[in-house]
Amino acid sequence: MRKRPAFSQLCKAIKEGKFVFTGELEPKKILDLSEILHSAEEMKKTKKIIAANVTDGPQGDAYMSSLVPSYMVQEKVGLEAVWQMTVRDRNRVALFGDVIAGAVMGLKNILTLTGDHTALGDHKKGKAVYDLDSTQFCEMLTKMIDEGTDYEGNELVGGKIEINFGCVANPNALPPYLEPEILKVGRKVEVGVDFIQTQTAFDIDVAKNFLKELERYPVPVLLGVFPLKSYGIAWYFDKYIPGVSVPKDLLGALKKAEKDNKGDKKGKYAALDKINIEFFDPFIKEIKKTTKAAGIHCMAVEYERLFMPLLGDYEDLI
Amino acid sequence: MIEPYSKILIVGCDGCCQPPRSLNEAKTLGQMLELKAKMNGKDLKYKAITCLRQCDDRIAGSTIKPHIEDYEAILSLACGIGPATLNRIFDDILTFPAQNSMFNGAESHGDNRYEEYCDCCGDCLLGVTGGICPVATCAKGLHNGPCGGQVEGKCEVGGYKYPCAWILIYERLKKFNRLDLFTKYRPPIDYRNMESPGHLTLLEEYTNEEEEVEE
Repeated sequence: MRKRPAFSQLCKAIKEGKFVFTGELEPKKILDLSEILHSAEEMKKTKKIIAANVTDGPQGDAYMSSLVPSYMVQEKVGLEAVWQMTVRDRNRVALFGDVIAGAVMGLKNILTLTGDHTALGDHKKGKAVYDLDSTQFCEMLTKMIDEGTDYEGNELVGGKIEINFGCVANPNALPPYLEPEILKVGRKVEVGVDFIQTQTAFDIDVAKNFLKELERYPVPVLLGVFPLKSYGIAWYFDKYIPGVSVPKDLLGALKKAEKDNKGDKKGKYAALDKINIEFFDPFIKEIKKTTKAAGIHCMAVEYERLFMPLLGDYEDLI
Repeated sequence: MIEPYSKILIVGCDGCCQPPRSLNEAKTLGQMLELKAKMNGKDLKYKAITCLRQCDDRIAGSTIKPHIEDYEAILSLACGIGPATLNRIFDDILTFPAQNSMFNGAESHGDNRYEEYCDCCGDCLLGVTGGICPVATCAKGLHNGPCGGQVEGKCEVGGYKYPCAWILIYERLKKFNRLDLFTKYRPPIDYRNMESPGHLTLLEEYTNEEEEVEE
């Protein structure tokens, strides 16, 4: 951890040496936040999830901006948000404007991302912005937090913003692509990130090796895991998420569980949950026991019923 | 665009392509337009010529002017700079573009491909990236890549068919033991240099106007 204070509950818990969990919420093309807030409520109830990431147009799709749902999750549910911000859609002027708006709304965590290209989303003809890249956005945040200025050094009226921010890293970059990935993260560490949340990895050895590589940086790392709510989601993730491959036997087991329990919703859920718990429970325990990971970023979007069976053994965080 | 006209002058451009391709392109386009006009029951007269460089108003002016005669419109096969220049210098006739200009590329003769190498950002990074421009060759124009859309050295844009510019940069710098350049943080570029309209005024000592006249 850098010398910067821990402003957020997430960073405070990490600083205290707790093994933390973060969840994930995905506002889509919606006019109603009730499902998002319900998911956040379920996360909060577990007492194990300290904060929820709120995604910003994943896969380049045009979804609800992450700012307001992040605020609403904090305001209505009382669960801290990790406000995801990509540099795909906003230039430096808009990024700055949104960050101070978020700061005023009481947001305490930002996760900086490049963002999937618009060419992958549902507005393929759109202009992708990328005025700043995610590292340069980190530098902007450092100036806003540590110096109380905008990128050009103009003073922020009212002082410095009190936000902690993180970056992402991809454990699925295997040699010879591992070194450029690690070195890239190094630039972001140098610029001043407070934490790292990784993309999901399904291979325990790959995950452990990646965490080992990241140990060279004095920044806490939350390893991403992605419980698979259905065979369809697992298939989509395997096929469309850059670099992520779901193990074939896991895919097969999910498919079989759905087939064997056709027409029996309860039975299907039980079978799917069992597969996930059998896979992720030892996975998370192994990470906690054998690595220096600060926690787990559990991307179980709309899969609240798995939280307690999976995370019940860990200490309360809130 | 050119439907209302029955006499058009088609002008190729040798500037960035090997002659006689430019003239051949102009002739072929003329034949196709003539055929299309015939199918529509119209009679199209055309003349196909080429020009050394349409991006130089002196060369374009002196080359094209004698051919304008009584043509009703000009069709330019140059990049967008061609029709813009011709419209500027030939005030009494409209010039139309025959191409959609896509990028500043280099030609690779082995596989007949053009690749984009420069976006004219005005803040050149080639010295710190092993001669590979991330502004032009990274789909996101990142200065501190690679991003998470890189899989086994390929880019998420275009279905993992094209190389990730930042992996190429990494490999090239590693080859020369210059990963110090790779790891160094690069601040944002000054986009004022990329703003349109761009203007440049050459200093008089570089124009050599008088020397040329003397020769």
